[in-house]
Amino acid sequence: MDLKYTPEEEAFRAEVRAFFEAELPADIRSRMRLGKRIRKDDLVRWQRILHGHGWGAVMWPTRFGGTGWNVIQQHIFEEERADIGAPPQNAFSLKMLAPVLMTFANSAQAEYFLPRIIAGEDWWCQGYSEPGSGSDLASLRTSAVRHGDHYLVNGQKTWNTWGQYADWIFCLVRTGTEGRPQQGISFLLIDMKSPGITLKPITMLDGEHEINEIWFDNVRVPAQNLVGDENKGWTYAKFLLTHERTNNAGIGSCKRALKNLKQIAAAQVSHGRPLIEDSRFRDRIAQVELELMALEITNLRVLSATASESRALGPEVSMLKIKGSEIQQTLAELQMLALGPDALPYLREALEMDWVADPWFAEHYRPYAPPLSGQYFNLRKTTIYAGSTEIQKNIISQMILGL
Amino acid sequence: MDFNYSNEQLALQETLQRFIGRDYGFERRREFARSPLGFSAEAWARYADLGLLSLPFPEEFGGLGGNAVDIMLVMEQVGRGLLLEPYLSTIVMCGGLIRDAASEPLKRSVLPRIGAGELKLALACYEAAGRYELSRVACTAVHGAEGWRISGRKTVVLDASSADYFLVSARTGGDSADGHGISLFLVGREAAGATTFAYPTQSGGRAADLRLDDVAVDASALIGAPGEGLAVVERAVDRGIAALCAEAVGIIVALNEATLNYLKTRKQFGAPIGKFQALQHRMADMFIAAEQARSMAVIAAVYADSDDAAERRRGVSGAKAYIGQAARFVGQQAVQMHGAMGVVDDLIVSHYFKRLTMIDLSLGDADFHLARFSDMLA
Repeated sequence: MDLKYTPEEEAFRAEVRAFFEAELPADIRSRMRLGKRIRKDDLVRWQRILHGHGWGAVMWPTRFGGTGWNVIQQHIFEEERADIGAPPQNAFSLKMLAPVLMTFANSAQAEYFLPRIIAGEDWWCQGYSEPGSGSDLASLRTSAVRHGDHYLVNGQKTWNTWGQYADWIFCLVRTGTEGRPQQGISFLLIDMKSPGITLKPITMLDGEHEINEIWFDNVRVPAQNLVGDENKGWTYAKFLLTHERTNNAGIGSCKRALKNLKQIAAAQVSHGRPLIEDSRFRDRIAQVELELMALEITNLRVLSATASESRALGPEVSMLKIKGSEIQQTLAELQMLALGPDALPYLREALEMDWVADPWFAEHYRPYAPPLSGQYFNLRKTTIYAGSTEIQKNIISQMILGL
Repeated sequence: MDFNYSNEQLALQETLQRFIGRDYGFERRREFARSPLGFSAEAWARYADLGLLSLPFPEEFGGLGGNAVDIMLVMEQVGRGLLLEPYLSTIVMCGGLIRDAASEPLKRSVLPRIGAGELKLALACYEAAGRYELSRVACTAVHGAEGWRISGRKTVVLDASSADYFLVSARTGGDSADGHGISLFLVGREAAGATTFAYPTQSGGRAADLRLDDVAVDASALIGAPGEGLAVVERAVDRGIAALCAEAVGIIVALNEATLNYLKTRKQFGAPIGKFQALQHRMADMFIAAEQARSMAVIAAVYADSDDAAERRRGVSGAKAYIGQAARFVGQQAVQMHGAMGVVDDLIVSHYFKRLTMIDLSLGDADFHLARFSDMLA
């Protein structure tokens, strides 16, 4: 047992840090640091820079162009990424779809799509949830009917993240109605430019456009875009969700948020002193720091055990998702509470880089303030998406505890 | 003890419920929130017709002589309907302050006009370095031959954009954290040297930061005795807190109704999700939270009228702390149990949640009031 990083790992951290310092574009870094709106272009640019350095996919094996890093290296990379304020990479492409393609797709599909993902050429989004199928995903009804060399897809997906940017969508579709609902599901890759696809934005509670509804009206999809076997999609979907949930622990981002929280609490004033000296608030920070300390090690223990036993991730990722999402929410809440009355203004335009406050207003209204309330509201989604906390607890109860 | 509303109170409640149902539905409310004014001028006129704007004022000033329980009843509906009009600022806090502390001539000139819907006021009592402390006032008022000259900054002045007058706390003596030496002034929004930086709030209303650069007001603008303004503004804010508690209860009850309805109608795994025990127990906790919150809102309302500052503070701070926590629980869980439907702008649920969050952050959050309450533990 040793919780210290080895000299090699420390050297690796320094290398990652130096690369980020040198190569992360200053404008992207500023937007991330100040909580401004991030655009597709920011993420694509950053993906291409990473790819140019051979770091386009840190969680992929080398045979697909990944770094082949172990879980500790990936963890260090993610920590440094979040700390310096580099944007996260597109998880739908790199962390969710890619493992499915590597494991279940045919070689033609893998050889075509994976290089395009790592090079930042294709942007992928996810077509899972439907209006009637959220937690009960297997009840989904979007249908794909085979007609010779193509499928005809009809139906509606919802809660689709960043579909407005996407070139492709990976979808769960119903190809069979026999047996249990899970048995008739297939995993289909659909070009977003296909005729018959309509995307409608959903405004979230923070006023931002991040998610969409997507309609499919007789969309022709080449049969070669089926991943794996017809009616086996549920297996692939569950595999993907397991990867998604690991990703949801978000340790690096939480550490960055904790740092931000402490800085804000030091800058805000309460009873004539820095808020961070107020024991009532300080204890709240301490409490969430404890949760995060524990989760970091739990996360690494789970990932290391999985890697050393060469087995797939299992239901234990549910606990990472539950804790990670709760910690993110708590950190966002505390940052908002730290603002006090300054959490009330809704300055939508302040999320753009070129926003300039009236100088006398800016004297007290700090640059970190504008995004914080919206962020608290927005992050309520984290205990809902990717399998709600309630679903994760069912998984733990049934699959780990045998209840 | 008597926990029942009178027939008049019940009639008022029903009138408001009918008004919200007919004229202040969710879609209309969204239009009002997006309009430049940020609320409905028509609704404000309607409140005047209904007597709501003169409710807490004495009859000799054209009022109805209502008490804090009447205000509680109104504010609960303000919560349920997510009403955007500046009732809290103009009627409860500023109107109440003028009623309590202003000179007879000022009351005579101002209160009837407030009651008629002709005048709106905003309470400018918080500053950047003060957070939720009313005593931390750096804004100054200097006495001269022709009255007072006021300079300073006030932050997040609720409903400032539509106010005709600001009630400003300014220092006429003592240092910046001193409880004594604070005075209150009535400042017209058009006064030379008064500037606002206005913005919408996270829950749809309007607020502004206020800058006063050597603003001249005449001697009659001073409200109450010079240097003795803190107790007056504290009393007004205590009434505001009691009103916010009632508003929060209105929202909590409405959110519970919406959530319960969703549990009964949303089907997953072949059954309404309300059949799952994990959700049943949480809904039961939300029901209990609502009842407990209501009790605290009653306590706040009853003590808000007390002349004993310590008793009043204990009641309203206790209620604000408790309701802040209850609102956080109910708001977060209502969103959670609505799933993704809880985080979209198109449903009223997220708007209730945001308003509850902003109520907590207004006039002192749960931590601030818990500290005040625990400082007074017997």
